[in-house]
Amino acid sequence: MSVLHIVNKSPYERNSLETCLRLARPGSAILLIEDGVYAVRAGSSASARLQQALEDHPVYALRADLQARGVQPESLIDGITLVDYDGFVELTTEYEKSQSWL
Amino acid sequence: MASKKFLYVNRKAPHGSIYALESLEVVLIGAAFEQEVTLAFVDDGVYQLLQNQDSSALGSKNFSPTYRALGDYDVNRIFVERESLELRGLAKEDLMPLTWEDEDDDWAEKDSIHVVSSKELAEIIEQQDVLLNF
Amino acid sequence: MKFSIMVNEGPYTHQASDSAYHFTAAALKAGHQIVRVFFYHDGVNNGTRLSVPPQDDRNVCARWSELAQQHQLELILCVAAAQRRGLLDQDEAKRAGKDSDNIAPGFEISGLGQLIDAGIQADRLIVFGD
Repeated sequence: MSVLHIVNKSPYERNSLETCLRLARPGSAILLIEDGVYAVRAGSSASARLQQALEDHPVYALRADLQARGVQPESLIDGITLVDYDGFVELTTEYEKSQSWL
Repeated sequence: MASKKFLYVNRKAPHGSIYALESLEVVLIGAAFEQEVTLAFVDDGVYQLLQNQDSSALGSKNFSPTYRALGDYDVNRIFVERESLELRGLAKEDLMPLTWEDEDDDWAEKDSIHVVSSKELAEIIEQQDVLLNF
Repeated sequence: MKFSIMVNEGPYTHQASDSAYHFTAAALKAGHQIVRVFFYHDGVNNGTRLSVPPQDDRNVCARWSELAQQHQLELILCVAAAQRRGLLDQDEAKRAGKDSDNIAPGFEISGLGQLIDAGIQADRLIVFGD
């Protein structure tokens, strides 16, 4: 419950998101940054997987990384909370530790 | 300050990149700090523990024997994810038999490697204080 | 809160150093303390004095030096990783018989123990890598 899982790679490049979801206990949070944000685009196999994950985890994505990659807010699946770097910092204080799935 | 629980998460194969070697270097230095150390091997990280690694034809340092010394550094909590092994067609027998000597049990030699389920490893992760990834 | 930051990748090739920088700056803005920023693996390349990026792009290395100066940050390059990759301060260069040193202001070379200590001293340790 006290872990913030940070995923920074695309779910199609690497298995980091998959492994994260396998090893994240219900109640822990997931934050997508860098190329990890591609997972929240609706209509993809990764977003379908994330939709399931939302039942057990709050899922966040870094706004700056989405913007950089041209992923528009309207194209995201429901239930994703966007954060800025300030929000990223806050999340790391809220959760006892951070696990970076590189 | 009370000691902290450090978890080293290894997910990358050895030799194709330096992460395995440099992660091990942290573990060895870290052993001197008297914190509680745990190692986790997940995904391609399990390949780091495969037996019979011989990098001589590559001309690169074969650091796999160093894993065998971990027991001497009091690093004896080594968890390998079962699912990662099975996906790769591996079993515990394929891994180096890492052991340690338990001074509280008449120096009995014990296994350092524990193959655990994803659920068990998830719990282990939650129990840690500091999570290092490479 | 006290934060320690670990940066595993070099400037430009991966986003890790950028993400770490923006996180660190945001943490400072929010009033948190940074115990140290520890650069490991190719992350030591952030400590070069010789980077000459294009004028119209951010200067990843200089940016770290500036942040360090503004906030008295400790930027540590792991000695073993730095030696392997050719990041040397004056002492190291002399010891190794090299004709030059190349560490940027604000960065210091030190041992891996600093990383463990960073984990011990901080309330939170955040890792940025590939």
